[in-house]
Amino acid sequence: MTSVNFKRIQLPNGLEIIGEVNPDARSAAVGFFVRTGARDEQPEIHGVSHFLEHMVFKGSERRSALDVNREFDEIGARYNAFTSEENTVFWGAVLPEYLPRLVDLLADMLRPSLRGDDFDMEKKVILEEIGMYQDQPTWTAYEAVMRQHFGPHPLGNSVLGTSDSVGSLARDQMKAYFDRRYVTSNILVAAAGKVDWPRFCELVTDACSTWPGGADPRDARPANGAGSVHVITQKKIQQEHVLLLAPAPPAESPDRFAADVLTTAVGDGGGSRLFWELVDPGLAETAELDYHEFNGAGTFMTYFGCDPDNLGENLARIRAIYAAVGADNIRPDELDQVKNKAAARIVLRSERPMGRLMPLGFNWIYRREYRTIDDDITTLQSVSRDDIARVLAAYPLDRVTTVAVGPLTDAEFRSKMAGVADS
Amino acid sequence: MSDDFYNHKFANGFTLVAEKMRGVRSAAFTLLLPAGAAFDPPDRGGLSAMLVDLIFRGAGSRNSRQVTTDLDNLGTQRGEGVEAVHTSHFAATLGTSLIATLEIYADIIRRPHLPADEVEAVRALALQELQALEDEPRQKIFVELRSRHYAYPFGRPTVGVRAALESATHDELTRHHARMCRAAGAILGVAGDIDWPKLRDAVDRLFGDWPPGDDIRLESGPRGLHTDHIEHESTQTQIGIAYPTVPYRDPEYFSAQGAVTVLSGGSSSRLFTEVREKRGLCYAVYASYHSLLDTGSVVCYAGTTNERAQETLDVTLAEIARVQRDVAADEVARAQAGLKSSIIMQGESSSARSASVAADWFHLGRVRSLAEMQSAIDALSPESIMNHLERHPPRDFTIVTLGPKSLEINLVGE
Repeated sequence: MTSVNFKRIQLPNGLEIIGEVNPDARSAAVGFFVRTGARDEQPEIHGVSHFLEHMVFKGSERRSALDVNREFDEIGARYNAFTSEENTVFWGAVLPEYLPRLVDLLADMLRPSLRGDDFDMEKKVILEEIGMYQDQPTWTAYEAVMRQHFGPHPLGNSVLGTSDSVGSLARDQMKAYFDRRYVTSNILVAAAGKVDWPRFCELVTDACSTWPGGADPRDARPANGAGSVHVITQKKIQQEHVLLLAPAPPAESPDRFAADVLTTAVGDGGGSRLFWELVDPGLAETAELDYHEFNGAGTFMTYFGCDPDNLGENLARIRAIYAAVGADNIRPDELDQVKNKAAARIVLRSERPMGRLMPLGFNWIYRREYRTIDDDITTLQSVSRDDIARVLAAYPLDRVTTVAVGPLTDAEFRSKMAGVADS
Repeated sequence: MSDDFYNHKFANGFTLVAEKMRGVRSAAFTLLLPAGAAFDPPDRGGLSAMLVDLIFRGAGSRNSRQVTTDLDNLGTQRGEGVEAVHTSHFAATLGTSLIATLEIYADIIRRPHLPADEVEAVRALALQELQALEDEPRQKIFVELRSRHYAYPFGRPTVGVRAALESATHDELTRHHARMCRAAGAILGVAGDIDWPKLRDAVDRLFGDWPPGDDIRLESGPRGLHTDHIEHESTQTQIGIAYPTVPYRDPEYFSAQGAVTVLSGGSSSRLFTEVREKRGLCYAVYASYHSLLDTGSVVCYAGTTNERAQETLDVTLAEIARVQRDVAADEVARAQAGLKSSIIMQGESSSARSASVAADWFHLGRVRSLAEMQSAIDALSPESIMNHLERHPPRDFTIVTLGPKSLEINLVGE
């Protein structure tokens, strides 16, 4: 990894371009990171960021929707896009000889025509996607817990929107949102892998110099959780799917590494406290704790799915684990185990340019910082129990908003919860 | 490309196949054991599913916690699962930790404690996995489709069946393990930052004296219904379609893969264009190629809201039928670009390569080189694909739907 180089330039219109060039890689990955998502939407346009992500694939002045699909396939690209609460990312990975065509295509797509007939057709696909997620209890629970936890704060907005909000969305509303949000101050172009950097900059410059500048800052006021309990009863579902959300360090915080170590020790998929206390004895099919970081907010998210009969016991065990960690921190041997596990994970996911692209882009978007793989490993190794204690003091794991989706009624769920409190 | 392939077959029938990759710090292995769902005794489907959990609960000199903790401390990412024919174990770690990881796995595979007092926990988890499947219609449809499409025992649900999971005893699990735990037919595929002589010697030390065990033959039995509907209260209807094609080891494999790629490779392929882009019927629609030793299959999926399910099924079947009538040169060129870039990019991932070398060995008894695959892909043409489809046309369909209402099956040209 010795020959890896970081590069950055900024075009006169404000567009930033960064790259991690690795001449030994076999492929190159490019991403257009747009700093916009569900939290940047007003209520009347809920779902527009994600719908717009789909519309970007529907073509520009130069390309029809079918042209876009065809050209990606002609260059054998792996590509996709995703929308979250605060980012919309378009990415592709290709063999190095196809990089110029990939850049030309992605850059052109980022100036979409938003044609009316494409808009109407794609609306049907989005409504299908909403239908697909409605059949997934974990997704239903995720959307509900974000809404409950953040309340009126825009981080509680649904990424997909609802059938109603998407159904009534008009093309002109999307165009206005695009004009406001897809400005150069909100866009980062990033490349990783076998990239001819001067040529890459030339290509992006040619394609993007006319993009409008300007700024549309985000409403990034801090958010805290509500701490409520919300039960969604779906009799057709067999398991009870439960999400617990607690506040955690925001993306800007230097404590995010400690937060990551803490959640891995307490709630990784294997070898963690939740694993040994809930999954290993067969009380829950899955039980995990994850850390999610946002602008000005963070969440510790606990998920478990289990037979409804085991609900009370699982809640009691989680409560006991979080109380014990809050009082006594994680043990030194747990800290070492997590560091060993996480260091290897960083190396494994970084071997492909595709795996480097997302950390490269997000480190810059959130913190304007470039970090090598070794930087990440070094910081990880330096996390101490004192760091974790500081996180736990500021963000106790048990200050949770609770959402359950499953066969239990509100009364049944609350009585099982109360049984825990009494015992 | 200067990657190197190695293999060694030990006297007991255990095969090690490896690929040394330049420029990676990791090493990964995929261990294929002939102990998949097909080998579960009749009516006892799920013993393998329970065993793959139980063997990690203490092995060799380590108790259950030590197994997990020691693997974590080696930085090992792992996954294991029961498949149709194999139970497979996958692990990836830094190249420097590979042999230490294999040492722990030799205990897990050959010397598990199989503790009686853990059986209830294993059972509870297996039953909850079955329960979770009911909440995931997009996964359940594949279990239902496979169980009807493949001849018994090759389509048996890898998660097992409720009655057997509920009644399996410790004694029964121990006996099944004794029968399944054998060197003959096991394949260890390794890829990444490896030192071949050291790896071969280590594997010899760890698995070379493993008894070969019984040679258990799987006989094909009857298959299930060709069309079926499963009632399910949901927003969307799930549609699963399968039909036979040539196996991976067949000389026509690349033509079969080419045909599937024209049908459903990238987003300019037939299914995505006709079902999603032109009609907006679905969010997800695709087809992919799968192979057992003697038979290949194309498996298609579409999920769509109930009112539009009939049209989705009709259009999907029409597109499957249309590929054999016309394939254009530009479609083949795109399929070639996609297939070539995916095999080259696979060369950046030790995990992907370890799975490939193990699977190649199982199907072919050798590993296909990059050059061989590239030249076979270069040789594809509209004629080669259409000629292939003339000899092996899509037919003998299995069509399963899951949703509130059954659909009409309107097969084209059958």
